[in-house]
Amino acid sequence: MQASPEKTLASKAAETSKTSRPWLAHWPLLRAFLRNRKAMLGVSIMFFFVMVALLAPWIAPGNPKKMESRAHLAPAWIADKPAPGGKTFLLGTTGQGQDVFRQLVWGSRLSLTVGLSVGIASTILGTIIGLTAGYLGGWVDDVLSLLTNVMLIIPGMPLLVILAAFLKPGPVTVVMVLTITGWAWPARVMRSQVLSLRAKDFIAASVVSGERTPRILFSEVLPNMSSVFVGSMVGSTVYAIGADVGLAFLGLTDVGTTSWGTMLYWAQNNAGILTGAWWTFVPVGICIALCAFALTMLNYALDEITNPRLRAEKETTHGKRSRANVLVTPVIRK
Amino acid sequence: MRFLLRRLGFYAVAAWVSLTVNFYLPRLMPGDPASAIFARFQGRLRPEEIDSLRKAYGLSDAPLLEQYFNYLRSLSRGEFGISINFFPAQVTDVISTGFMWTILLAGLATVISFFLGNVLGIIGAWRRNGILDSVAPPLLTFIGAFPYFFLAMIALYFLAFQAGWFPLRHAYSDALSVDWGSLTFIKSVISHMILPASCIVLASIGGWMLGMRNTMVGILSEDYITMAQAKGLSQQRIMFSYAARNALLPNVTSFGMALGFVLSGSLLTEIIFAYPGLGYLLLQAVRNLDYPLMQGLFLMITFAVLGANLLVDILYVWLDPRTRR
Repeated sequence: MQASPEKTLASKAAETSKTSRPWLAHWPLLRAFLRNRKAMLGVSIMFFFVMVALLAPWIAPGNPKKMESRAHLAPAWIADKPAPGGKTFLLGTTGQGQDVFRQLVWGSRLSLTVGLSVGIASTILGTIIGLTAGYLGGWVDDVLSLLTNVMLIIPGMPLLVILAAFLKPGPVTVVMVLTITGWAWPARVMRSQVLSLRAKDFIAASVVSGERTPRILFSEVLPNMSSVFVGSMVGSTVYAIGADVGLAFLGLTDVGTTSWGTMLYWAQNNAGILTGAWWTFVPVGICIALCAFALTMLNYALDEITNPRLRAEKETTHGKRSRANVLVTPVIRK
Repeated sequence: MRFLLRRLGFYAVAAWVSLTVNFYLPRLMPGDPASAIFARFQGRLRPEEIDSLRKAYGLSDAPLLEQYFNYLRSLSRGEFGISINFFPAQVTDVISTGFMWTILLAGLATVISFFLGNVLGIIGAWRRNGILDSVAPPLLTFIGAFPYFFLAMIALYFLAFQAGWFPLRHAYSDALSVDWGSLTFIKSVISHMILPASCIVLASIGGWMLGMRNTMVGILSEDYITMAQAKGLSQQRIMFSYAARNALLPNVTSFGMALGFVLSGSLLTEIIFAYPGLGYLLLQAVRNLDYPLMQGLFLMITFAVLGANLLVDILYVWLDPRTRR
């Protein structure tokens, strides 16, 4: 696919015109994306969760914080204990008598919103810093790179804790704090990408033709980094979902709100484990993990599609030469 | 040598940044931090505690710069302030009780996971598309997607609570006292460590394995590997001394950043197992709004991570002859 793009694209186009989606021939990247199993797996899982979050009032109507009456439950559960799943409550109730399923559905709203906002915000911040550092070079680069590396080496959780503890608890604070701690990785990735793009001829051409620096950055450099941009946005979202859950678990967000993190916080605080109430924390954890897994798969797929090296590897391994390069070298047989 | 000096300079800057953040953060709170904290406690704080808070933050009417230098001076003497929760214990004393357990648990788990992950990555890349290479990466990615402490919750529930194979909490049996000379004590420590340590290993091993595998794959197509094959060197030698040694370098470099991440996860894991390390202290600090303890923990953990990175750099010099110039 990589060796002669024109030819392969043409043949691929001919191939697709036979299928029902000829318009896809103009979008080779999108086509590769739709054909990628990892990408499709990731997209469908994320689509599912986003739909659940959007349709929460229809899927699980009612207030997620409502304490359900225990009268209709089996007598054994009348005491202050969480109840397991059953007909009335699909996934049971929490220690405070709240419907776990309803909380799970409504909690996805806050968790996904925080995750996506941090993903977008920290990637934009990181891109601005990375672009500036990589393109301007010199002392600006030295200072910004130093700052980036310092941010990367300072352990995240303790820093998050003191930042969140000194600010007013709430979703906005969480997004802010996670953005402050999360921009460094995108910045680093962007900077190295810009450095390699800067050496390309078309950048030199626009410099020589007298274009202004912002224009070069935004209309020449940035469009060529879209895959890296999306990739680090997905990565930052994974980080944010996990860190948000961690912060909530420590009790550093507003624990009165319903999110996946606060659900785990209450499960732990009500000793969900030691009372055997596994349904108060297992479904939440699985949802968090599924989201993170889906986004990670999406990132791998992006990598496979846009990184020629990995693509080449995939093609050779799926073709005739199914074994590694070294193993077909005849000298090694002893 | 120049490499090490440069790294040392970098760590000095990182330490300075974290010190300064730590200094300014309380001062960014509206009003004076001691009163703000006092307000949050809604009068549950004794007057001498407020005084000690004021002293801990070096709050005075002196200009900010003078306060800053006073702060640095008291830190250099090892005075991190007085804990509110464990009043009137020094923050450093409180932290030192947990430090050993965290180093033991997180340190050991990280080393095991780094070693195992890299070995698996080497073998996976070497036998490309073998069973290990096709099963382990997606499986470990999936496991790695769980929050560390959720894995810990699951393990605690099923293996310790339901099955009863492992102790439920703490770092050693409650019936014993700390005595590193006695065999029963060490046995108890090990049996308490197995479950939390395996959770950390399981959650972090995937990253190492994938990183190693991908670099190995790239390196295996290099000419010098073909050359080594052509010379008829033993497979073991090509795998470890030619390919793996070079593939290890990027992984060692990323070790520093990953260390902070793994440590963050293991702090939360400690909380699940009520392991008496820094994570447990952090939870105590958050629950009780013990700001001096929180800040002390932040500084201590940061310094520990920087120190560990310096050790890794020394290892790097030993691994990569190019840095020895």
